[in-house]
Amino acid sequence: MDSPFGLLAELTYRCPLACPYCSNPLNMAGYQDELATDEWRRVLVEASDLGVLQCHLSGGEPLLRRDLVEIVADAHDLGLYTNLITSALGLSRPRAEQLRAAGLDHVQISIQADEPTVSDRIAGIPSFQRKIEAMGVVKELGWPLTMNVVLHRHNIDRVADVLALAEEVGADRVELANTQYYGWAWRNRDALLPSRAQLEAAEVVVRAARERLRERMDVIYVIPDYYSRYPKPCMGGWASRQLTVTPNGDVLPCPAAQPLPLPRASVREDPLERIWAEAPVMTAFRGTDWMPEPCRSCYRRELDFGGCRCQAFLLTGDAARTDPVCCLSPDHDLVARAVEAANSDSSEDLPLVPRPHRAGLPPVTRPRPGRPGRRSSPC
Amino acid sequence: MDPTHTAATRTATRTPPGAGVSGSDRPRLARHVRLTFCRTRQRKILLHPETVVVLNASGADILELCDGRHTVTEIVTELGARYQNVPEDEVRQFLTRLVARRWVEVTDG
Repeated sequence: MDSPFGLLAELTYRCPLACPYCSNPLNMAGYQDELATDEWRRVLVEASDLGVLQCHLSGGEPLLRRDLVEIVADAHDLGLYTNLITSALGLSRPRAEQLRAAGLDHVQISIQADEPTVSDRIAGIPSFQRKIEAMGVVKELGWPLTMNVVLHRHNIDRVADVLALAEEVGADRVELANTQYYGWAWRNRDALLPSRAQLEAAEVVVRAARERLRERMDVIYVIPDYYSRYPKPCMGGWASRQLTVTPNGDVLPCPAAQPLPLPRASVREDPLERIWAEAPVMTAFRGTDWMPEPCRSCYRRELDFGGCRCQAFLLTGDAARTDPVCCLSPDHDLVARAVEAANSDSSEDLPLVPRPHRAGLPPVTRPRPGRPGRRSSPC
Repeated sequence: MDPTHTAATRTATRTPPGAGVSGSDRPRLARHVRLTFCRTRQRKILLHPETVVVLNASGADILELCDGRHTVTEIVTELGARYQNVPEDEVRQFLTRLVARRWVEVTDG
């Protein structure tokens, strides 16, 4: 068993946005009892002792935590590389200056499309303009800027314009990530899955942009695994390199494992070191002993680790099966049928279910083009 | 959260090695990259937003001298005082690879 390199600290699942591709769990009500500042401090100390070097601060929207600056300062003081993954709503100049002074190393700002109408429609609230302004603040304060864009059926045709926007705002990195189907994205999968023609067109654009921008910008493209022959090497192997702590202190090997039927492990009950080493949620699929056929005898078992356990669970109800994305999986038909549906004419205009801003609250009505959306309060 | 962050197959930009770095270049770490020491692993580490590189001793020694003041030639000389054999070509190739990944920046002369 190796030490983990990265901690994904999911500080809250509350969010001012309502993106239908959100990877947060559907039962957000189970995560409302958020860790307090001193509990996060203890988690960071324990993570650092365990060998963690990078701390990704995420959510939900981490800026909704009033103690974010303190949490960043604690992580920085422990020598961790700190990375804020944010919608940028609430990233005012004074807040950004405080975070800079606290030692925040890097900022990743999500945007939903290259222009306000589409971006705001996907985000569920007017947010495009504020994101662009926040990107300017990030650059002015001397941080490197990563622009994150989740690609799906409703924005992938705009990828050339998205890249032009990244260039315009001076992003140092742009992550173009095809949607992965967990949480709310799983619920909305059939409406989000792009067609093969859409993907092929996007890939041509991305390849050309990489060539053109190679001196100025890193272009990272996350391929859509539903269209891959083999599954992704998810998390570099279960409980191998990363761990996630959810807003209420549950510890998971990845940010999508909440629904798996494994006993809970919580930083409120056990030290992180013991959880990492012994908790069933960590040991269940570590290594290769758990593997069924066709993985067990496959030459790729140390390359892709059987793919994604969460995807296997969502698609088959059994987390210990081969990821059905794999062409060798006996369940591959489940993926093939979804892909087939995405390439048929009937897949147009399926409704998208927005994720709620927080548990128990329905999201604001999705604004339609030409109609002003309801403004939510800035964080 | 924004699921771009979940681990997936990534294909990062690869800049083909161009002319490479020259002896008079003064390399320094890019501002989003940090060199640190990991107590748990007892090794020097190079940190990047989404990557961790566990360095060997000579790699760490080279990067510690990438401070924007030392030239590549000076770095090779400095390493020569610590190691028996320091091929300048290999140091240049190592730095060229890191420049191509935008982890190290160079200023001329």
